[in-house]
Formats: sequence, structure tokens, C-alpha cells
Amino acid sequence: MRVSAIGCTALLVLAVAACGGRDQGGATGTATSGGQCQGQQTTGITDTSIKLGGIYPLSGPASAYGDIPKGIKAYFDYINAEKNGIGGRKVEFVVRDDGYQPPKAVEEARRLVEQEQVFALFQTLGTPSTTATWDYANQRKVPQIFVATGASKWGADTQHPWTIGWQPNYISEARVYAQYLKQEKPDAKVAVLYQNDDFGEDLLGGFKRAIEGTQVKVVAEQSYEVTDPSVDPQMRNLAQSKADVFLNVTTPKFGSQALAADAKNTKWNPLHIVNNVAASITVLKPVGFENVQGVVSSTYYKDPNDPTWQDDAEMKLYKQKMEQYAPAADPNVPYHTFGWAVASSFHKAMEAAACPTREGLRDSVRNMKGIAVDMLLPGVTMNTAQGDGFPIESMQLMEFKGERWELFGEVIDTRKEFGPLTS
Amino acid sequence: MSNPTETNAAQARTAAPPPPPAPPPAEWWRSARWRWGAAALLAAAACYAPFQLVPFHVFQLTMVLIYAVALLGLNLLVGHAGQISLGHGAFFAVGAYTAAILLEHWALPYPLTLPVAAGAAFLLGLAFGVPAMRLRGLYLALVTLAIAIFLVPLLKRFEDLTGGSMGLTLAKPAPPAWSGLAEDQWLYFLTLAVAVAAFLLCAGLLRSRVGRALHAIRDNEGAAEVMGVRLSVHKTLAFAWSAMFAGTAGCVYTWVIGFVSPDSFTVNLSITLLAGLVVGGLGSLSGPVLGGLFVMFVPGLAQDINDAAPGVIFGLLIIAVMYVAPTGLAGLAGRLIRKIPRKE
Amino acid sequence: MAGFLQQLVQGLGAGAIYASLALALVLIYQFTGIVNFAQGELAMFSTYIAWQLTAAGLPFWLALVTTLAVSFAGGMLIERVIIRPVEGAPELTLVIVTVGLFIFVNAAAGWIWTFLIKDFPNPFPAGALEAGGISVSFSTLGVLAVVGVVMGLLYVLFRHTKIGLGMRAVATNPESARLVGIRVGWTLALGWGLASTVGAVSGVLVAPLLFLEPNMMGGVLIYAFAAATLGGFDSPMGAVAGGLIVGVAETLAGAYVGFIGSDLKVGVPLVIILGVLLLRPQGLFGRAVVERA
Repeated sequence: MRVSAIGCTALLVLAVAACGGRDQGGATGTATSGGQCQGQQTTGITDTSIKLGGIYPLSGPASAYGDIPKGIKAYFDYINAEKNGIGGRKVEFVVRDDGYQPPKAVEEARRLVEQEQVFALFQTLGTPSTTATWDYANQRKVPQIFVATGASKWGADTQHPWTIGWQPNYISEARVYAQYLKQEKPDAKVAVLYQNDDFGEDLLGGFKRAIEGTQVKVVAEQSYEVTDPSVDPQMRNLAQSKADVFLNVTTPKFGSQALAADAKNTKWNPLHIVNNVAASITVLKPVGFENVQGVVSSTYYKDPNDPTWQDDAEMKLYKQKMEQYAPAADPNVPYHTFGWAVASSFHKAMEAAACPTREGLRDSVRNMKGIAVDMLLPGVTMNTAQGDGFPIESMQLMEFKGERWELFGEVIDTRKEFGPLTS
Repeated sequence: MSNPTETNAAQARTAAPPPPPAPPPAEWWRSARWRWGAAALLAAAACYAPFQLVPFHVFQLTMVLIYAVALLGLNLLVGHAGQISLGHGAFFAVGAYTAAILLEHWALPYPLTLPVAAGAAFLLGLAFGVPAMRLRGLYLALVTLAIAIFLVPLLKRFEDLTGGSMGLTLAKPAPPAWSGLAEDQWLYFLTLAVAVAAFLLCAGLLRSRVGRALHAIRDNEGAAEVMGVRLSVHKTLAFAWSAMFAGTAGCVYTWVIGFVSPDSFTVNLSITLLAGLVVGGLGSLSGPVLGGLFVMFVPGLAQDINDAAPGVIFGLLIIAVMYVAPTGLAGLAGRLIRKIPRKE
Repeated sequence: MAGFLQQLVQGLGAGAIYASLALALVLIYQFTGIVNFAQGELAMFSTYIAWQLTAAGLPFWLALVTTLAVSFAGGMLIERVIIRPVEGAPELTLVIVTVGLFIFVNAAAGWIWTFLIKDFPNPFPAGALEAGGISVSFSTLGVLAVVGVVMGLLYVLFRHTKIGLGMRAVATNPESARLVGIRVGWTLALGWGLASTVGAVSGVLVAPLLFLEPNMMGGVLIYAFAAATLGGFDSPMGAVAGGLIVGVAETLAGAYVGFIGSDLKVGVPLVIILGVLLLRPQGLFGRAVVERA
């Protein structure tokens, strides 16, 4: 009986083996193109279609990010139905679930590239999953475009030309806050709450480097784990530091908790800076708008909950098309907006590619000049060049007033202000 | 473990199915020959598969084998010693990190990382086995669960060694030129070799005094003690052996994935491993293989069924398997086989 | 000193949260003899029901009563539909079924209500009680009070009612209980129903503090386990005392023990569980089980 079960396994293996020989799979079968794009890879792309694959946590504790592909799908459905796709090519977007587990991400990347034969990996989510897959993508020469993580290494690294990020990296964001403090509170004492992972450390590290040599000092720092029930104890410890600035480097739930704890503590009233990841109105609203007045953050895309954009043409289109093509999804979820904007970015990058090939896409995303994208803030565009692999590096500061974020100051181009980022 | 009555004993404990009539000697012989035939078939299939499958499927099979080795260890503890661990992901992680640190900081040739990783996990298992032997059932489950949760921040704390939350990225073992194999095939055969060795070692262990003592403890602790089985020694050793297999699997995992980070070894891994083992079947040698297949393929299947919330399907599938097969898939297969009337 | 006392109060506040879920764990353990890994998720799901009702315009207290009733019925239903088919299976099978339930409920909540944080109404007034330089928020006081009341009710139920007696009989030995005429099936269903109700109370209490989203209770669970272990799995008083001790220990360790800091705080429940089980396995308030080999 025992071995019979193993025997079943063996049969299963054989059955799988019978399904396809090694050679007819993706191992060697990469298609190439002719003409001026001679010899370049055209796997997953035809004159009428492009196949893309994305990897997101649809299950497990990080499932919140699973909303991003819904926005992407809605965008592609919309351009497929109403704009004849991207230059006549209909986009097919295959989404796989990795549960935020790196080994699963490796498996899914291989599935997408070898079995689904996608043209490109369009977004892998999270620093761990992307780190686990980028060697593979680069060995196979498959574009890994606009990964959904703000780690700085996607842009600074030179060994992985096929991988590129999208959103402003955490270090750039930290520089924006540092710059603001240098101007507004040159001798600020800063208390920091940060998530104990790559995201929190990148942002905190970037902030510390940006304030080196100034009178701005970090006087207290507390970390939390994503498995912690609450950050209240950390907030209590930070309050004792008597800092006059509080830098809130958190993900949404913990962002709400920290904002609430700050509001509750009437004896400690620092200038509260909340990072972009937790700056959505959906994070602030549960805390109560009256409790978050004067909070400062920065952003690069339009929050669908913000009445500022009520009559904005791009916002109206987004909401209308979301309703039409993703009726089950709430357009006010900022992750949907993020997905919409990144899909629009792909659209623009693909259109700009000289060759409809993997090489063409790789070169296109690394050579973008002031490309405007739907749903990004006015003045925020995508720019890359030789030695600059960061598509979006501009952000604008904003302050919470009444029931909305109010943008203030100019759009800050961190490249111009602080020089290029080298890891 | 080749004695069928032993497996039946394991089943009798778990769900008490009616014990099948003892097969007459002739059937014994026939069944043994059949078994060798099946094993040979399996070996042939395992060696043939990587030359037929696309690299993606070879990779999947490699991962199944890795999970199977880890489950083999967990099975030793849960299925044979009757102790529940919800923290085996931690030992898996210790093996993975030991290998990664040796490769990263000391540039050790990769085959040498295997014994070190297995040894480190064994010693750690021994250390945990001492307090664990005093705990039973759900209490041990809670302690091991707490260990699994605690491991993640602990890995981040020692950043110089472990790379902190960024983890460590490593080069994968390259296939030697003489073999003519592709990277995925080479990794598969490495894993297969480790898995076969682990299965043989485990089978040997269970056939030895250790195995008999463990079964005695599992079935009736009091009686075992009266018969002279030293409970503390054997329970502690069971924990250590079990951890060693998990650590071995972790080491091979590092070779194959080439990247370790704290997020790879969250408490979810531990829970998935235990669920995989129970679903696969406790107390048999095929349970871990079936469990490995479950861990590897069912989450993908769940997503194919419900794209919006794969977790809903995955949770339901776990519950469903427990209904259909309270003794796991291996037990179910056994029941089905027994239902087939034998030819005279 | 004021700083220390404030930390202490902070710890008690956290402890009250752990205690509320620990009560549900103790309750189900008493009735059914299993540790329910899905208890926190069921509490979270109940809280979503309460949120849905208030969002639909129901007054808070009416929504609460409805939620408790729905949770009770839902708990019994889960026992009848999901647990019943594996009744009598080995302990481990039941554990895995609750793990499956955990994954299912968590994913279902995300599917139905998305992962956005919900704005859950706080039944207690805002603000805090100030005394001697220490402030205790009314929310914390409210949670402590409700936890105390639930604890008292459970104590009465366990010790002074026929249901409690039957329940203890079932948990100890279902076969014998059946022989003396106890309806084992109904007692088990009742246990699930009551535990879900207590869980719902817990979820509604903590939602304004932790913010409602599908992973709200995930982090609380291990602390609640530590609380129940410390207090003894058969004592409601123990669960509450255990919860408060765990909360205080964790907060003080995070604040004053430099090596632990805020990142290794989660080691505190591990140390507590391990320490208690090695030194006093029945917990502070539990009764030692005499083993008969």
C-alpha cells in the first residue's frame, strides 16, 4: 500500500512527462524577429497580441497588494476594447499568486516564462520576491518591468539590465522629507517608527544619510514587525523622546495605528510626517480627519479619494472605466489606481519601443524622456537614461487640511536636488 | 518499515479502520516483489523525467523533493513519535541559513554545506528536544509555533551574518562540465540524491531500535516506559533527527533557490508543512511525498479555481481532504487498494 | 517613575486585548478539548459583520446584539458542518481542520470586504483619565471592564450550571458523558457557539484600537495562546490574569530591556509559554491533571 502510493506518484510524473518533451517547451524555443530588429526575441508578442505575466500575493498576509493587478487588468481591458490595444496588439495579462513567498515567486516566474511564454514579466511585487527572481529573468533575457517595490537596487544595480523599478524609491522619498525639514525645521529632533524589513530600513537609512552634516537629528527610533498586533507600545516609547518631528514609516494598518496613537497623546504634538505607502485617505479616515490635521506626506500619483481630483479628466476616465471593466472592484482603493498608472506606463513604454521585441522593451524603459502617464501628478513624468534606472523620481509634498491633502511647494525632482542615486 | 503490519498499527491509531486480514505468506512474497517492481519503476521515472520535462517542471519536481525531505523529518516526529510541531519551518530555515552563510562568508564548496547544515539543525533540535520532551500534544504545538514566529525578527537582528531583512543572494551550484546537464537538471539530480539518501536513512532509522522505541512511545507511553524504553532519550532524539531532516531540506533549498530572506521562512511555512504532512498521511513513507506534492501543487490549483481569493479554496481543500481521508492521502490510497479484490 | 507606571498601564491595555481572545480560546478548549487556531479569525469575521451592520445604519448596540446572535449561530453551524464530520478523528486532524478554517476565513474576509482598513465605531468615549501624571484612556478601561464581566459570566457558567458540568464531562471523556445521558453533539455545538460569541465580543472591543482589516487578529493569536497557557487552559480567571501579565511583560521588556527592544518583543510569549509549561504545566490557575498510565 505504501509503495503503491509512491507508484501513483511515479505514474503522475510519467503522465506529466508525456505532456511535453523538453525541447518543445521554453527551454530553447525562443522566437526571433527579422528586419531591422534582426535576431531579437519576439516570444510572447505577435502583430496582434502581447502576453504579459505578473506575480502578486493574492493569498496570505500580504494579500492587500493583490488589488494592484485588478487595476492593471481594467486598464488593459479598456485599451483592448476601446483603443485596439497597444499599437494594434491586444494585451493579455496573466496574474500568478506567490503568497509573498520567494520560492513560490521563482516557481511562478518560471511558469510564466517557460510555460505561459510571456513576452515580459510585468511587475513582481515585493523586494524579497523580486530579488529571488531577477537573476533568472536576466539569465533568460526576459524583461522584468516596473517591479512593484521601492528598493533602490533595481535602479542602482548594473548587473541586471532586464529588471527595472517604477515607483519613486524609498531613499528618494526619504530625501524629500529630509530636504523639507532642513528648510522648515533646521534643528529638528526626529523620532522614527519603521517597519523592520527592507522597506523600513531603506527609508530610514536614506533619511539618515540625507541629514548627515545638518542640525536635523534622529533622536529615537523604534521598529515593529508586520506580525505585531499594534504599534502602541512603540509609540509610547517614542513619545518619551520629546522629539518635535515624528517620521511614520509604516504600511497602512500600522500607519493608522500610529496616527491614532499620536492623536491620542495630547502631551506630545510633533510635526507628523507619514510616508507615501500609508498616506492614502483610506488610512487617515478611520483615525478621524479631525485628528490628522497638519500631517505632512509626499506623493506622485492622484489619490482617488481626494476631492482635489474630482473633476480631473484622467480621474473621471479612471473611475468610469474601472466601473465598466472591473465592476467588482472599488475604484477608491489606491492600489487599483497604482495598477492603472503602472499599466498606462507600460502602454507608453511599449509604444515608444523602436522594436516590438524584448530587447526593444528593455531599451525603451531605460531611455524614457519626460513620458507623461495617466494618474500621475501634474509635473511628474518618467525619465531614465544611461546610468539612471529610476523611472519616477519626482514627488510633491502635501499637507492634510480639512478632508483632503493639499499639495504645496514645487514638484521636487530628487535627481536634480540631490544628485543621482548610487547604491 | 517494510512490515505492513507496522503501517497498519499507525493507521489503527489515527482512525482505527478495521485491520485487514493478515495476508497469507504467498501474498507476502508476491506483494514484496510487486513492491520492488514499483520501486524500480519509480527510480526509472525519477531519472528519466528531467530529460523529458521542460525546466519549469523539473524545478517543480525539485521543490517537491525538497518539501518531501522536510516532511520526512516532520513525519518522524509527528507520525512516529506522536508529537506535534508547528515550528518545523524554523529548522528548515536554520539549514537554509547555515548553508547560505557558509557559502557567503566562508565561500565553502557547496557539497560541504550539507553536513554542516544538517549537523547544525540536529544540534539545535537536540537543544529544543530537551524541554520539548516534557511537553505533549498541543502544548508542544504552541511552543513550536512561538519559535516559528520568533525566528523571523531574530534573523533580522543579526544582520552582519544573515544579511538582515534583505537576505543573502547566492550563486547556484553549476553543473560540472562532464555531466553535460543543464542547471535545472543538475540541481534536480543533486536534490534527488539527497532525497534518496534521506529516505533510506529514515527507513533504516525506523527499522532499528529507535523506530520501535518511538512507536512504543507513541502507542502507549506508560507501557513503553515499563518495558524499559527510555522516554526522555528517545523523545529528545526524535526531535533532533526530525530537525536534521528539515535542516537538510533547507540546505538543498538554498542551493536551488539561491536566495534566503526572513520572509521565506515565516510561520506560514511551518503551518503549510504540517498541513502538507497530515494531508499526505502520517506514519508512512509515501505520506511525505504526497504531502510534498500537495504543498507544491495545490496552491496553484487553488488559484486556477478562484483567481480572486485562492486562500478560500486552499483552506477548503485542506478541510475537504481531512473529510475524505482523515488519515491522509496515503491512507486513502491504502484503503482504495484494499478494496480491489485480489485474484487468487 | 511616572514613565514606568505609564508603561505598566500601557501593558495592561495590551494585556486586556490578549485576555479577551484568550477567554474564547479557554472556552472552546473547555467544551471540546481542542485548541482552535481559527478562533481569532472567527472573531475578526464577526467584527466585520458588526461593521457591516453599523455601516448599513443600525445603531451600535443593536448591531452588537445582532452580531453576537449571528456569531453564536455561526459558531454552532461551523461545528455542525465543518467539525462534525471529523469528530472522533485524532487531535491532529482537528488541528489541521482549524488551520484550514483559519486560511479560509481570512481569505474570505479579504474577498468580501477588501483589505482596506475599516472605520469601526468605538463604543467608549474618547479621551483619557488623568491621575498623577499617568493617563489611562477610556477605551482601555472599557475593554478591561467588559473582559471582567465576560470572565465572571464564564466562571458562573463553568462552575455553577448544569451546562458547565456537562461540558466538562464531554471535554474530559466524551464516551462516558454519552453513557450518562449528556447530548455530546449539542454540547460541542454549544461550545463552538459560545466561543464564537466571546470571540465576537473580543473582536468588537479591539477593532477600534487595532483597526479592522482581515489580519487584525493574526498578531494577537500568539499572545492569546501565551495568556491561556500562563493562566491555565481551564480557567477563565487565569486567561484574564495571564493576558494582563503577558501584556505587561511584553511592554516592559520592549521598553526597558535593551537587547530585546521592540523587534524581539515577540520572543516574550515564547519564553512565557516555555517557562510555564516547564515549571507549572497546568498554568497559574489551572488544575493539575493527574495522569493515569
